[in-house]
Amino acid sequence: MPDILTWGPQPPAPEPAADPAGRHSAAGTDTAASAVQVLDAAGPATGPAPVIELHDVTKVYATGSLEVRALQGVSLRIDRGEYVAIMGPSGSGKSTLMHIIGCLDVPTAGRYLLAGEDVGEMDEVELAEVRNRQIGFVFQQFNLLPSLNAWRNVELPLTYAGVKRDERKRRAIEALDRVGLADRVGHRPGELSGGQQQRVAVARALVSDPALILADEPTGNLDSVATEDALALFDELHAQGRTIVLITHEIDVAERARRIVRVRDGWIQSDGSSVDQAGGQT
Amino acid sequence: MNWLETFRTGWDAIRSHRLRSGLTMLGILIGIAAVVLTVGLGLGSQQEVGARISSLGSNLLIVSPGSSTTTGGLRGGFGSASTLTISDANALASPVAAPDIKAVAPIKNSSLSLTAGSSNWTTTVVGTSPSWLDVRARTLAAGRFLTDQDDAAVAAVTVLGSETATELFGSTDVVGRTVTINGIEFTVVGVLTPAGSDASANLDDQALVPLSTSANRLVGGSGRNAVSTIYLEAQSADALSAAYQEAQALLLNLHQSTSVAAADFTISSQQSLLATATSVSKTLTIMLTGIAALSLLVGGIGVMNIMLVSVTERTREIGLRKALGAPPTAIRRQFLVEAVVLGFAGGLLGAALGIAGAKILPGLLDTTILISPTAVVGSIAIAIGIGIVFGVYPATRAARMAPIDALRSE
Repeated sequence: MPDILTWGPQPPAPEPAADPAGRHSAAGTDTAASAVQVLDAAGPATGPAPVIELHDVTKVYATGSLEVRALQGVSLRIDRGEYVAIMGPSGSGKSTLMHIIGCLDVPTAGRYLLAGEDVGEMDEVELAEVRNRQIGFVFQQFNLLPSLNAWRNVELPLTYAGVKRDERKRRAIEALDRVGLADRVGHRPGELSGGQQQRVAVARALVSDPALILADEPTGNLDSVATEDALALFDELHAQGRTIVLITHEIDVAERARRIVRVRDGWIQSDGSSVDQAGGQT
Repeated sequence: MNWLETFRTGWDAIRSHRLRSGLTMLGILIGIAAVVLTVGLGLGSQQEVGARISSLGSNLLIVSPGSSTTTGGLRGGFGSASTLTISDANALASPVAAPDIKAVAPIKNSSLSLTAGSSNWTTTVVGTSPSWLDVRARTLAAGRFLTDQDDAAVAAVTVLGSETATELFGSTDVVGRTVTINGIEFTVVGVLTPAGSDASANLDDQALVPLSTSANRLVGGSGRNAVSTIYLEAQSADALSAAYQEAQALLLNLHQSTSVAAADFTISSQQSLLATATSVSKTLTIMLTGIAALSLLVGGIGVMNIMLVSVTERTREIGLRKALGAPPTAIRRQFLVEAVVLGFAGGLLGAALGIAGAKILPGLLDTTILISPTAVVGSIAIAIGIGIVFGVYPATRAARMAPIDALRSE
């Protein structure tokens, strides 16, 4: 890790970036570390701790002799209650970013604080615990277990949190009720429509009351009606004060968020309110 | 996630792949059933042999001629006399010299032809003492046994085995009738209760006569004082070893032998006969059980194979569970429990099949199969062990999967 941190200043990106201000280049260990300290010190003063704080995060995959720099120094801060869309074409690094935000992978260098906890130093077991407690995932393919009915699917995160069976069932049914599936608790995924399955998945993401809902292309497998349905659900959750990060490549979907972060070639290309961004693009 | 939850998850997974789980269990099932049956078969034959040897009588010692250290048995040429004599038997019967010996029954065997009317039957004519009945633990179906008076009078009386009586007279109701042996007319005074066969002879086909009658009227000549075997009954089971020592010391002295190795007789106990007989069937049982255990190993490899398939097939599920917060230990446990449940269920069903086989097969095969609780419990434990041993590798592989790779797989 340290040898990667001492790379020195990053070379300019091969393609000239449209918005240099959005690029957070690493400028050596000392600067990065002090920046973190400044941010840490500023954190409590400006309000509650942000849900996500990425400081100069890089991710390098070594496949044989080839080194792939999926993230080349990303800094990002998402506060509680925000609704953020992360956009980018395939290969932009947005999936890697999602994996790091979701604690499914750890950065090669840089710091990541999730709800104030430093995730970078955690081992596999601690990461599993953080995912369980802090993050609710919604996947493109829903990822429901076909052999379990709706409430058994929803209770899964709670089983790993050590919650008692009775309470798990109560909370699972409550979560299903919140996504409007109170009458489908006993149905298996195969007996539900795509939209309903995704709502079960959202209920599963909600059930452990996480700090962050992380949705990876949640509408990718849905028709337009179900997409609208799912987005309305996210709007509603946002209105309830949930922090939502939505990874997508569809601008229509991204525009529903209040803030759009565009990723390209491992850099943050732009970051701003969805209204401005949408205007700027078209 | 506690063990109960893990067990439930494993059971769900097994139920959702019924055919596959069933076939996997079948491998274990057959192995366990084979183990239970072969162990049962071995125990059954041991018990059978044991019962036959016990039927010789209780607290029995058997003195036979010949050395245990020479393979030739009797020394001397054809027709030479046995090294045991009637006087040996009389000496052993002395309550002073051998207080731990309760009764002595010398046996003088000769194969002779018996005639009754027009029937003719060749059997073993046994010259023995009145204590034979007690020593050999036999009973009479009719009449009386030989007495000391018969012996003193060198009387021509005989007690017949039930089969001998039937062969000669067509019935066992023969007390008082006459049978001719060696041209001498013997009166039948009693008939023995049927006892089946022991390891070497048919116990129901013999004619017993007083020892003196056998020696003087049937055999005669130089062999008149020789006996083929002397049966000794100890006072009690505890006195058996003392009786053995006394008999050995007495006979060594009488035969002027200096050591046990040089002795011209052998004393064996029921225990030593039993040990020889059971060691053979034990070896056989071990071999058969080994083959059955091999089939268990194959069953275990089947479990591992299926678990590896299951892990590969459920990569996405593993990824999802990990994303939702399952630590590696929970995943490992889940797959391990699944393997153990397969092994346990297979073991349980296999034991049931083995027990059912042990109930049904003896009727068809004319063998004794004993169900050993140790073998049943042990084999179920082994089945669980197989689940653990062959489940560890697949489970560890599942636990080690990186969540993103697992989620990405199609």
